[in-house]
Amino acid sequence: MRKSKLYWALSDGWTMSQRSLKHIFREPESLLMAIGLPVAIMVMFVYIFGGAIETGTEYVNYVVPGVIITCAGFGSSLIAISVTQDMVGGLFERLRSMALLPSSLMVGHVTGGFVRNAIATTVIFLVAMLIGFRPNAGFTEWLGIIGLLSLFMFSLNWLFVAIGLITKSVETANAATFPMLFLPYVSSAFVPTETMPTWLHTFADNQPMTPLIETLRGLLIGTPIGNNAWFTILWFGSLLIISFILSVAIFKRRKKE
Amino acid sequence: MKGDIISVQNLKKSYGKHIVLDGLNFKVERGSIFALLGENGAGKTTTVRILATLIQADSGIATIAGYNTHREPESVRQQISLTGQYASVDELLTGEENLMMMGRLNHLNRDAVKKRTSELLKQFELVNAAKKSVKTYSGGMRRRLDIAISLLVSPQVIFLDEPTTGLDPRSRRNMWNLIQQLSEDGVTIFLTTQYLEEADQLADKIAVIDNGKIVEEGTAEELKRMIGDEKLELTFDDLEVFQLASKLLQAQANEKERSISIQNGSPENLRNLLNTLHEHGIEPSSINFRKPTLDDVFIDITSRKRRGRSVHA
Repeated sequence: MRKSKLYWALSDGWTMSQRSLKHIFREPESLLMAIGLPVAIMVMFVYIFGGAIETGTEYVNYVVPGVIITCAGFGSSLIAISVTQDMVGGLFERLRSMALLPSSLMVGHVTGGFVRNAIATTVIFLVAMLIGFRPNAGFTEWLGIIGLLSLFMFSLNWLFVAIGLITKSVETANAATFPMLFLPYVSSAFVPTETMPTWLHTFADNQPMTPLIETLRGLLIGTPIGNNAWFTILWFGSLLIISFILSVAIFKRRKKE
Repeated sequence: MKGDIISVQNLKKSYGKHIVLDGLNFKVERGSIFALLGENGAGKTTTVRILATLIQADSGIATIAGYNTHREPESVRQQISLTGQYASVDELLTGEENLMMMGRLNHLNRDAVKKRTSELLKQFELVNAAKKSVKTYSGGMRRRLDIAISLLVSPQVIFLDEPTTGLDPRSRRNMWNLIQQLSEDGVTIFLTTQYLEEADQLADKIAVIDNGKIVEEGTAEELKRMIGDEKLELTFDDLEVFQLASKLLQAQANEKERSISIQNGSPENLRNLLNTLHEHGIEPSSINFRKPTLDDVFIDITSRKRRGRSVHA
């Protein structure tokens, strides 16, 4: 009956992922929030502010990448809450007193978060189509979009696992989701950055969201991309590696407490 | 097979300047129910966490089934299961799903998981609730599921950290029955509790922990003999009368409540007491019988220490 260590490591990761997947539908509040909030933002911008914003293209086409990023970013940040819940509840303790790799707990949250995010972003795309979004991306562009969004989500998922691990209470974890709702506003997500005051403009141009949004926009509706794709990969590739290492390190430390 | 399954020698643990365990010593016999009795903050949970390999002691040795908790945590983990103070069940999953998930995480194969799950649901009377999400469970059901999870892999030692704290009286009774049944199957049970009555009902051996030290150890009978079975409590309205009475009776007095506790509550003793008081023209304002509490154990032990007598009778 002895199976290899690798077999059980994969099996544990899968078991924990199944749990997180079940959570998506058992507690649909998170999923609804991850969809409802970005949809509300999108509708508000397209119908209320959009008419007043000059972007050189149909506003709905301009704004969709920003909404997608807000959606994915916010969706990822919810992971912090569920990780903290497991840490302060008894599950983490119990896993530690068993003969298995407790890090499968993290794997489960990252996978579950990714699937929830994928569902939410798909719904957002569909709603965007309904209110007039018309992308002209071909097959390769769509592959690029999926690839970049996956990179973005995975890097943020691990970042928020790390945040969830250091957070001592669920309330604090809740507060950690806040920046993800606001960071996109200080980028080219909703308005062209040239319209902002100089200092904010500089920040907006150089924060990681802007190259990502510019790249997505380029892939979706054919605006120029330039170096933005490389910047995006560099930013979020690094974030992925750093967050992953950070999570594993914090996890090991928490295990010794 | 007899002999000791848990052995703890001079275990110490502090957090900064705060000493939690101050040289703990005890042994637990295989197949017995052992109760660590103490107040909140006495060091009960810390002891369990060290034995369950969750934290390391600063010094001292703890072994379970011959394995050192510090040096061989992996082997220790295969002998034990832990049910913590807070139910570690997943609220959103059903009872059955919780068991299946933990079964897989315990590295049982799929068939074994299914078999154990249905056995445990039956044993813990959770069959009707098996398909309902744990969110809808009562406190007692949660605790039962939690313990069922810890039995998935037939451990040799089960740690139950305050298994009945927060349960209503009926669920507490049920939990006691359950723990007794488990013990009959031969597994060693290590439980912590704040309730003397609980330790009395369940444990073969009780160790009283106070300020990180074992202050008394023995069977429930031995402990009770030490502090007397039932106590007699006399209260007085008037302070002067109270002071005179406490001089006459030479017993444990509580000035704030103007009450005097007497260890021996037999009718004969009561008559003698009242006679003595009557001779001096004193009548107590009330007389109560009281079952010994954990407080009495501590007061008794510490007062004996102060008088310089050996704690171990």
